[in-house]
Formats: sequence, C-alpha cells, structure tokens
Amino acid sequence: MLRCALHDVLLEFISDQMPEFHTPTTEQEFQLNFAQLKPHMNRTEALYESSRCLFCFDAPCIKACPSGIDIPQFIRQINSGNDTGAARTIYEANYFGNACGKVCPTEVLCEGACVYNLQEVKPIEIGRLQSYATTKVIESGKKLFGPGAANGKSVAVIGAGPAGISAACELRALGYSVDVFEAKAQPSGLTVYGVAPYKITNEETLAEMDYLQAQFGYNTQFNSPINSREELVELENKYDAIFLGIGLGKTNELGLPGEDKINCTGAVEFIAELRQHHHQVNVGRKVIVLGGGNTAMDAASESSRLGAEQVILAYRRAKEEMGAYEFEYDLAKGVGVKGLFNVAPVEIVGNGYVAGVKFIRTETKDGKVSEVPGSEFVEPCDMVIKATGQAKQTEFLQLIPGLKLDGKGRIVADAHTGQTSNPKYFASGDAWNGGAEVVNAAAEAKLTARGIHAYLSK
Amino acid sequence: MPDLSINFAGIKSPNPFWLASAPPTNSGYQIMKAFDAGWGGAVWKTLGVPVVNVSSRYGGVNYRDKRLVGFNNIELISDRPLADNLREIEEVKKRFPNHAVIASLMVQSRQEWHDIVRQSQDAGADGFELNFGCPHGMCERGMGSAVGQEPKILQMIVEWVMEVATKPVIVKLTPNISDITEPAMAARRGGADAISLINTIQSIVGVDLDQFAPYPIVDGKGTNGGYCGPAVKPIALNMVKNCAQHPDVRLPISGIGGIENWRDAVEHILLGASSVQVCTAAMHFGFGIIREMTTGLEQYMVEKGFNTIYDFVGKALPNVLPWEQLNMKYKVTANIHEEKCIGCQLCYTACEDGAHQAIKLNADTRVPEIIQENCVGCNLCSLVCPVEDCITMDRTDDGTQHLTWKERVEAGTAPTEFNDERAGGRHHWVPEPAAALGKERHKTLPGKARIYSGETELPTVV
Repeated sequence: MLRCALHDVLLEFISDQMPEFHTPTTEQEFQLNFAQLKPHMNRTEALYESSRCLFCFDAPCIKACPSGIDIPQFIRQINSGNDTGAARTIYEANYFGNACGKVCPTEVLCEGACVYNLQEVKPIEIGRLQSYATTKVIESGKKLFGPGAANGKSVAVIGAGPAGISAACELRALGYSVDVFEAKAQPSGLTVYGVAPYKITNEETLAEMDYLQAQFGYNTQFNSPINSREELVELENKYDAIFLGIGLGKTNELGLPGEDKINCTGAVEFIAELRQHHHQVNVGRKVIVLGGGNTAMDAASESSRLGAEQVILAYRRAKEEMGAYEFEYDLAKGVGVKGLFNVAPVEIVGNGYVAGVKFIRTETKDGKVSEVPGSEFVEPCDMVIKATGQAKQTEFLQLIPGLKLDGKGRIVADAHTGQTSNPKYFASGDAWNGGAEVVNAAAEAKLTARGIHAYLSK
Repeated sequence: MPDLSINFAGIKSPNPFWLASAPPTNSGYQIMKAFDAGWGGAVWKTLGVPVVNVSSRYGGVNYRDKRLVGFNNIELISDRPLADNLREIEEVKKRFPNHAVIASLMVQSRQEWHDIVRQSQDAGADGFELNFGCPHGMCERGMGSAVGQEPKILQMIVEWVMEVATKPVIVKLTPNISDITEPAMAARRGGADAISLINTIQSIVGVDLDQFAPYPIVDGKGTNGGYCGPAVKPIALNMVKNCAQHPDVRLPISGIGGIENWRDAVEHILLGASSVQVCTAAMHFGFGIIREMTTGLEQYMVEKGFNTIYDFVGKALPNVLPWEQLNMKYKVTANIHEEKCIGCQLCYTACEDGAHQAIKLNADTRVPEIIQENCVGCNLCSLVCPVEDCITMDRTDDGTQHLTWKERVEAGTAPTEFNDERAGGRHHWVPEPAAALGKERHKTLPGKARIYSGETELPTVV
C-alpha cells in the first residue's frame, strides 16, 4: 500500500513538474515543438489520398465549405496529375486557398462532412490536398489569374487580412484599381499574427500573399493605419468605394483587480508575439489561460510547447459548454494542458508580477452561471493569458458617418452585397461577422467585392 | 487436408501453381528459388535461338493509386545460350524431381524443332510448351503469335514436335485472334496433349504526353507489346471457358492471365483450367505470393469439401450459357439498406446518367430511394456503391417461370419490327428529354460554389 501511494505521489510529481516540451532556444527547436499539424503532402501521398475520394454526387464537403470550393473536382484534378488545374479550382472559390487548407477547422467543415465518417473510415484529408495543389502553383509562380480590363474606378481596402486581400483580388479581377491600407507590417491579418504556429508557418502565409499580389497587382501600404476622420475623408474623396476589412481589436479587458500585473497578457497579443518572434518569446513556468474558446486552446497549447511546466485552462462554465471545437481541446490536452472548469477569475494576485489567480467556483443552473459564495481560492502561477475575446474597433467605426453597428458592435451590412448603412462603405470578415474563420472572411469578401461592383456599375 | 497435387496431361506437380514462361523463369537460380518458396512448377523462359533485347522493356498501367493493374512487355524469348539453359534444367530437376519443369520452345524449321525437343527431353524437362503466342518481335520473324494465328501452320508444327516428343506437349495459344477455339482444335488435331492460354494481348499501355511516344520508350520510340496482369483476367477467363466448353477441343487447359491470388486461380479452375500459370504478380511482388495462393486454395477446398483439384475443375462451366438461353423471367431489383448508406449518392447519379433513372432523391435525406417500377435489375448501383452490402440485388420474381430468348424466337413472341410493342423498353418509363435541362447543374456543383467561382445566376430548375 505504502509503495503504491508513494508511486502515485511520484507519478503526480513527475506529471506536475516535467514540461511536455523543453523550452526552445533555437529556431530549429521551435520548429520541432511547433511541428505542423498538417504537414505538406508529397506527390505520392497526394495521389494515394486523392484516390480515395468517392466523387460524391451533390457532395456534402462542398456544402460544408463556407467558400464553396468544388472539392471533388480539385481532388479529381490532383488524381489525374493536373495539380495546376486543381489550384485554379480552389482559388476560383477562395483566394486564401493555401492558408485555408492549413488553418481551417476542416474537422467541422469539409472533412467533417465527408461521407466516409458515416462508415467510420478516415475522411479524405481535404485540407492537406488543398494545400498540396496550391503550394505547387505558389512555388512555381504559375500565372493563373490576372487583373480584369481596367474600368477606371478605384476602391480603398482598409485592412490586409483575409477579407481585405480577398476583396482586393476579386476587385482587381473585376477591373478596379485597388489600394490596400494595413496598420501592421505584413499582410494576411490573423493568418500571420493570430493563428497558432503549428497550423501554418509565416513563410507559407506570406508566400501566398506574394503570389496573390503578383497575380492581381493591387497596391499595398503597410504600417499605414487609418484612424482619423481626416484620413477617412481623404479616402472618401479619392476612391469610389471603401472596403472595411478591419477585423477585431485587442483582447477584452476583464476589469479585474491586478490585470495590469507583469506577465498578465492577452492571448491575441501573446500569439502575435509568438508568430513574429518564435522561441524568443518567454513563457511562465506555470501558466493559467483564461477562457474556453479556440484562441484559449491555442494559447494553452502554445504555452506548453514553449516549455511551460504546467498549463491550466480555466473556464467559467463546464467543460461541455466551452466554445472551442472538441478537436482543439483534444489538441491542448495532448500537449499536457489541464482543464479547470466552473471557476471565475476574481483577481490577479501578485506583487508587481503575476503570482496567481484568485478564482471563485461557479455552478451552472438552468443555463445561468452563478458564483458559489465563499469558494474563493488562489491558484498560483507566474503567467496569465486572457483569451476572453477581442474587443470591437468601435472607436474607429464611429468615425464613419451613418455607419450602423448592431448591439454587439458588429458592422451592419447587407447579407448579399456587404454594403453598410453608409453606401460608400462595404464590409466583410470579423468586423462584420463578429469573429469567425479565415474561410468565412475570404468567402464574404468575394461576395462583397461583387456587391461593390454591382453598386458601382449602376 | 485436401490434396493440391495435379497430374496435368501426364505432368505431375505438387500444386497447380506454375510460373509462366517469362522473366521469372529466365534461369535455374530463379526457378530453384521459386520451388523453394512453394511453387509447384515452372515453364522455362522460351528456348530457341537466343535473342538480343532492347533496353526499356516493360510498361505499366496504373489505376489511381494502384500500380500495374495492367502490364506489358516488349522483351523477347531467352537471350541465354541453349546449352546454359539445358544445363540448368538438368540441375533443377535433380534438386526438385517432383516439381514440374516445362521447357517452352520456339524455333522455325522442322529440324530445329526436332533438335530442341530432343535436347530438352535429354535435359530432363517434364514436358514442353510450344510458344505460339508471343505477339511482339518474334511474330514478325514468323514465330510466336504468327503461328498461333494460323491454325494450319500451328497443326503442322505440332505434328513435327509429336514426331520426336516423348514427354507431354502443351500448345500455348495467343488471344490475338477472333476465335481461340480454332487454334485449340488445330493443336488437338496435331496431337498435342494440352493447351495453355492466354499469352499476352497485343497492346500499347500508354502514351507519354510529353515525348509523344508509346510506353515503354526506347530512344524516343516504342512498339506494341504484350499485355498481361490483373486487367486481362476477364479476357483470359472467357477464352479458357470457350476452349473448355468446345466439344472438339477436349484437352487439359493450363489457365494463364491475371492470376495473382488463390481466388483468381479458382476462377480459372472453375472454368476448366487444371493448372494455372502466373507471371505478372510474381514480377510485381516476388515469389512469396505463393504462400497466400496455396493456403487460400486449401482453405477454399476445405470449406467446399473438395478433396482434389479435379473435384472442381470446370465446375462453373454448366452455368455459362449462350445469352439466348438465359431465363428472361428472372428479375432482381436494387435494395438500398438505409442503415448502411453513407449518402455518397453515386448510385443515384450512376442510375440517373448511366442507366434507367430508377433512383430518386428525397428532401431532408441523403439516402436515395429506388423507384422499383423502373429498376431493370442491371446491378450498376450495387457496383458503384462504396459500402459492402449496402445495395443488394434481390430477387423479385416468384421463381416459377422460365422463358428464354430462344424460346421467344421459337414461339414467335420476340420483337421483330422497329417499333415493336413487345420491345423490352416498353415496360419502364423514360423521362422527357427536356426534363434534363438544368435539372441538377446546381447539384453537381452546388449553387454556393457556383457563386463563389463567379457564376452569379443559378440555372432555373425545370
């Protein structure tokens, strides 16, 4: 008995103290810890995987794709050795075809709809096939698309994220002159600043951006934030329409005492740092991630992969109520992240530096969360990552005359054309949908670009 | 345990699996290795005046991710001196006295035939296979399939051989002929003891899209080769059946063509073969496949209660009839087992576009529905269905009636005029042609996908 107990203690000690990953100190170590979840396929693997596709009639995968890519068609093209044609099929529907292949939650979209699931057979690896074909054309630089005949009109695109760049591509194809204004130094938005590094590399993301710009020839101005009424007036005067692809803002403040302590950071900011500086980003020995969404899962996984000895995912409600996809939680658990459920943060404690989080236990009754009086406790830690949603860019949006926002601060726009309540402004992406996937932004922006075209062709 | 051994026209072998005359039987080394692995016999790579081969000799047909579902070669007969081959035959026979070693032969003159038969006999060969089948290279020199295609010449050469042969003589037939039974009967007339078929089929396995040349490519050029491998099995089975059923052939048959596992072998045997020969599969996977073949055959025989191979040689032959003798009153219709269906709708689109529009789709489910009245029982849906036993073809007639085309013709009830009311197609409906227009373009590429790829207007549903 004693030996058993001792053994258990020892096991617990080991599992508590041994980090899942050693802290990476070189780029090579970083690449190992953050190995790609969907690595590139070679021709043989693509041939084998594409051979499995059944070519369903009225294919469920197409219907499950927010950008409606003709998936059976591009898989058949890969299978017949027409990788270029496959890439064309993909890009015709989605300008972020390569990125989406890697970052889409395919488990709940195309691959989740694959009929093989009903037979308990592994679904077709659609995402990886998609990246396979698009990577080939990106690497070859093959010209698949080009700008349409110039129509003499111009559109300003604010934000070089998935929405902005997709709109720019489609507008160029329709013959518009397009200038893209981006506050940050690089294009693709959250694809390069917000997606977990094991989903896509910076090189892959930026290669697709370079490819698109070379194909369509829109102008980009980086480090060029638009944040005053004057600047907007200038755009309004110079351009026939303005596309808002501004996404969301910083991580929401929790309004807790101690939130300003050192090592208490927002997930969006943490991930942006990580994407840009890789192994140079420091992580605590014991990290608490607050939140239950996909970004929380990413931040927790990333902390673990950066060598944190212990990572706790603290969520206000029960495990089943988390907003994150199941596979994302599984991914976090797979790298040693421990869930702590039904706890609400009350205070970040510590003296200058984070030393712990004071939680209060909660319970859910009839769908409502209530705190359990007197159940406070402090969970020690030396880093807190808040993954509690991103703020809307309300301040900026208020600079646009007549622009209506809904109760949640989302831009109100026509579902088919993306036109906002200020007819010169159109919107897509997170600022409109409140925060969704890259594929949603890419799909919306394509439609909105057509909406702009319809409006300016009147 | 069942007895796998055979006595094929006097040639004894511990099992019916022989290596066909081809690259795997090029040397004593290979044949000893094969016997060591469990093969029952081997037909030596054809002996004759040694040839000179070209480099780049084989071409493959791949289907999706499956390699070599078809295979062809432009290699000729043995390029080794006859003396070397004969010495090795002797060595193999010494080491494996109970295995079958058959000398495949191909020469031109009567004298040459006499010489080579005698020498092979002296070397200890258990029998001969006369190669009248090679469809490339050798036929242009008046041998191989050039002989197999001329029954009179074939018969004459067999007669020459029989003048000196003291061991059983098998005639290997070419499939590059309209009626395989013609040369088979000529072989019998000439006095042959058995036939083997099929040799390879004249073929071009593919064309290089960049070099504009057929495979295999020899310095930018190519030539027709001999086709074999899994793809030719159906052709081989039919020809084996034709020879086995023909009342004037009546010779033991060594079945060749597309055999790579026990199942293929059993099919050949059920249609009349009493030994089988394998080449492509051994070239693809090596001699080790024999273990699966013998154990599979054994298991099948145990399950069926067969004690020897001869218990089931030709057992399927009584069930292979001319079309006109099939029962037209027999009726099967498709049945989709909903609980197994994964909703790929391949059956729907196959029936809709490739058959009789006897499957429909319903709202709110991806499981298609069979329109019983229009189902002609063609099997297509069950063939394309990717799920085992999801679509079954179930008998719907009561089994009491029997009527053949032959009987209908004899009774005068068969359609005879262009617009005859007795035509089969009168019994199921066909949609109006215009109903096809726009019917499901939105489904072969859903509307959303059309919009994203630039097509803004959806076709209207008629």
